[in-house]
Amino acid sequence: MVTTLNPVGAKVGSQVGRSVPRLEARDKVTGRAEYTHTMRVPGMLHVKLFRSTVAHGLIKSIDTSEAKKLPGVIHVVTIDDIMKVLPHPYYGPAFHDQPILAHEKVRFVGEPVAAVIATDPHIADQAVQLITAEYEELPAVYDEVEALTSDVYVHDQLKPAGTFADLKHLKGAKNTNTALDYQLRRGDFEKAYAAAEHKFEHEFKTQKVLHLSFEPFACICDYKDTHVTFYDASQGPSFVRTEMARLLGWPENKVRIKVPYLGSGYGSKLYIKLEAMALAFSMIARKPVKIAYTMEEMFYQVTRHPCTFRIKSGVDKDGKIVARKCEVFWNGGAYADIGPRVTQKSGLTASGPYDIDNVDINSYALYTNLTPAGALRGFGVPQLVWAYEGHTDMMARALNMDPVEFRRKNLMREGREHTTSQVLKDAPIEKVMDKVTERMNWSQPFDKGTGTVRRGRGIAIAIKAVISPTTSVAIVNVSADGSATLYCGTVDMGQGSDTAMAQMVGEVLNIPTESVRVVPRDTDITPYDMGTLGSRSLFHMGHAVQRAAEEARDKLKALAKEVGEPEGSNIPIADLFQKRYGMQAGNVIGSGIYKPDYVSPAPGTGLSPNVTPFWMISGAGAEVEVDTETGHVKITKLINVVDCGKAINPKGVETQISGASIMHIGFTMFEKMYIDGGQVTNASLADYKIPGFHDVPDVMENLYIEHEQSNGPFGAKGVGEVATFCPSPAIANAIDDAIGVRITEMPLNAETVYRAIRAKQGRPLEDE
Amino acid sequence: MTAARTITFTLNGAPVTADVKPHHNLVEMLQTQFGLIGARETCGQGLCGCCTVIVNGRAVSGCLYLAVFIDGADVVTIESLDTRDHLSPVQEAFIEASAFQCGYCTPGFILMVTQLLDENPDPTDDQIKHYLTGNLCRCATYPEVLDAVKLAARKRKAAAAA
Repeated sequence: MVTTLNPVGAKVGSQVGRSVPRLEARDKVTGRAEYTHTMRVPGMLHVKLFRSTVAHGLIKSIDTSEAKKLPGVIHVVTIDDIMKVLPHPYYGPAFHDQPILAHEKVRFVGEPVAAVIATDPHIADQAVQLITAEYEELPAVYDEVEALTSDVYVHDQLKPAGTFADLKHLKGAKNTNTALDYQLRRGDFEKAYAAAEHKFEHEFKTQKVLHLSFEPFACICDYKDTHVTFYDASQGPSFVRTEMARLLGWPENKVRIKVPYLGSGYGSKLYIKLEAMALAFSMIARKPVKIAYTMEEMFYQVTRHPCTFRIKSGVDKDGKIVARKCEVFWNGGAYADIGPRVTQKSGLTASGPYDIDNVDINSYALYTNLTPAGALRGFGVPQLVWAYEGHTDMMARALNMDPVEFRRKNLMREGREHTTSQVLKDAPIEKVMDKVTERMNWSQPFDKGTGTVRRGRGIAIAIKAVISPTTSVAIVNVSADGSATLYCGTVDMGQGSDTAMAQMVGEVLNIPTESVRVVPRDTDITPYDMGTLGSRSLFHMGHAVQRAAEEARDKLKALAKEVGEPEGSNIPIADLFQKRYGMQAGNVIGSGIYKPDYVSPAPGTGLSPNVTPFWMISGAGAEVEVDTETGHVKITKLINVVDCGKAINPKGVETQISGASIMHIGFTMFEKMYIDGGQVTNASLADYKIPGFHDVPDVMENLYIEHEQSNGPFGAKGVGEVATFCPSPAIANAIDDAIGVRITEMPLNAETVYRAIRAKQGRPLEDE
Repeated sequence: MTAARTITFTLNGAPVTADVKPHHNLVEMLQTQFGLIGARETCGQGLCGCCTVIVNGRAVSGCLYLAVFIDGADVVTIESLDTRDHLSPVQEAFIEASAFQCGYCTPGFILMVTQLLDENPDPTDDQIKHYLTGNLCRCATYPEVLDAVKLAARKRKAAAAA
């Protein structure tokens, strides 16, 4: 509650910087938090999907007659039925390339081809088993490098959505799988590389992994002829509203997206996932419908981008990197989703946190016949860091230089131009690296072990530019009793944003965070936000929230003046409203909007003097033990250090670092979608292992430094992704240090490591 | 689909009946017939622990436990641990130690930790980790859960002493 106009004893920093427990904690520990997947609305029907069994093919026929006969089945739907209610049934954030159900062609195994709408999910499931389809199979392309030059084309013609200027030239393009070719050109790479004393060239790969949120994808759509409501597990309700309105040809105000608690997202629940299907099915059924995935279906919706990264560096005689070329191939799967943005935005920093005068970057978004790929906690950057930090270590080793000293010689420093030409500011790269090496005791001798268990240590550092430009809007409402309510579209999917935003309101209004109510996301009520993604929310929405709270505070002061209070009055807020309206009535409403300045990368060179409002910096150090007889790797120590600008909620920052890093231990050590002929062969939690209690390193430190972000709200910046960047290469570098074996493709499981050991010994194991 | 059968059992201390079909699992029955949404199906294979329910005093995977077998049983869910004024010591400890993020797996963890502390009021780190290997958290709040278990153990001891 805002008690009085100028509370006595209120001080700056009373709310910001506190480890406030999550505002929604009670709902979560009592099992009463409602998620879309467990939600029901009266009269709703259930949907199950019939999916493609071939990776690439023409649909010859779909037989739904037996399914239709099953009692309890209301409709069996194919694209022909959908086109009667939505004549242009294609959607997507970057390209309008994805049909609501497969249209004439299928492009990946698992693509939805038909749907059963039934009174009961088990009946729908049973009916799906009665559907059959015939395909004329076409050759398929799975590998991202092959896709660049293959004569197998996933799409006959490219259909950019029109949202992004750098995709417009691809409209109508044929005979290509390239959904974006981002280029950066700085200095003269060829000349500098030719003249370099030492030349290095390596190739790294990352495997296909997925988010695997514990709340599987779910969406309920309740279509009425005059308006439509979605209950949606979405990280970006504003985008869902815009895109559904576009499909319907309706104004946005007839489309309502409500977001219950989200059982996490990590980037998977962005843009359009089940919403377009749910809309079409509810229009056909004229009833509310629910789609709720099983674990197996999660493997056929969206994954992280596999990637091949060819990196080449020229180094002078003093160990200074003078030239670098990066060719990055992103495996986007069958539909572009946000892949072209991943390609461009991560492409900006593909050359790493190093000061290099001559850089060429080519970053290609490629279509293949696999499950589509999208953003996963890092927007491509973890894949890049895997490559450039492995490359850095390999060069240091070859040059016989200490990996830390080699980095120190080449680090980009504040005041210098970043590769993009933006002057680097609020990016404490060296400070982060120093903290990592201090906690690793890097300057001390290290026992590398003897016999069959060898020990090693490695580090990595990384940079990311937050995506730009994006917009956030917030509203702060002070009621007549002095209680404050925040309306913002940032989706709290577990990262603690509701609490952090409430802390900012509390700080401005001088009230306890716990008294601020954060309204659940509902596009009829909460204003526009670009999306909860890319670590952008604390910075962008934080600015909007701060501005909204400041406007509310200023309006309260104006109201005091209006009712004749003297300057400096400390009238209770409730009395202020009483005086003005004669009873407990009225509101004071402040609003705030934030969009950072931005200059688009120049076509051709990819350079921009203002490409991002803030940089994310992190580092990691790992110590490992490698069993040379089995290839088993044990991570004995993991140090994570990030820059957070200012910790709005210190405990929240620590849990973000810890969670992000452990998740990436999974991606580093064992997670992988195994694919055979386009078919995922381990689509279950039994076969796709994720980190559990025993995968957490015995010694793990999650540290942050507070290097004030000068343009950030309260000096803060986002930290949701930053700790994902470095664990993978730090661990691989430690393995190399232990046994002299370099692994360039994850996961670093015992088989991979043992194969690499045997290959190095000149007696490689046979392939499977 | 085969016909429903009526079963009787005790749910969070109260006698209840439910109409269940042979293929309904415990999670589905709790959600659709009793509006209890704290047990959730994630992996559907009994591996993640999100669906944990206490049946006759033992934690089971509600996604694999057929509802018909509940006939005559004593069922306890996460929704029974708190009252209007009080959270259980384990629930309090999870909040204070920040031992969850998205919260989807949290009820399962809290039920398992409660059972652990009933059996072993003062577990070591290794015992905690071993006991909770069947509970997975994709947000990876494992270090915080470890802290929460130890904090809960202290809270329960303090409450017993008082």
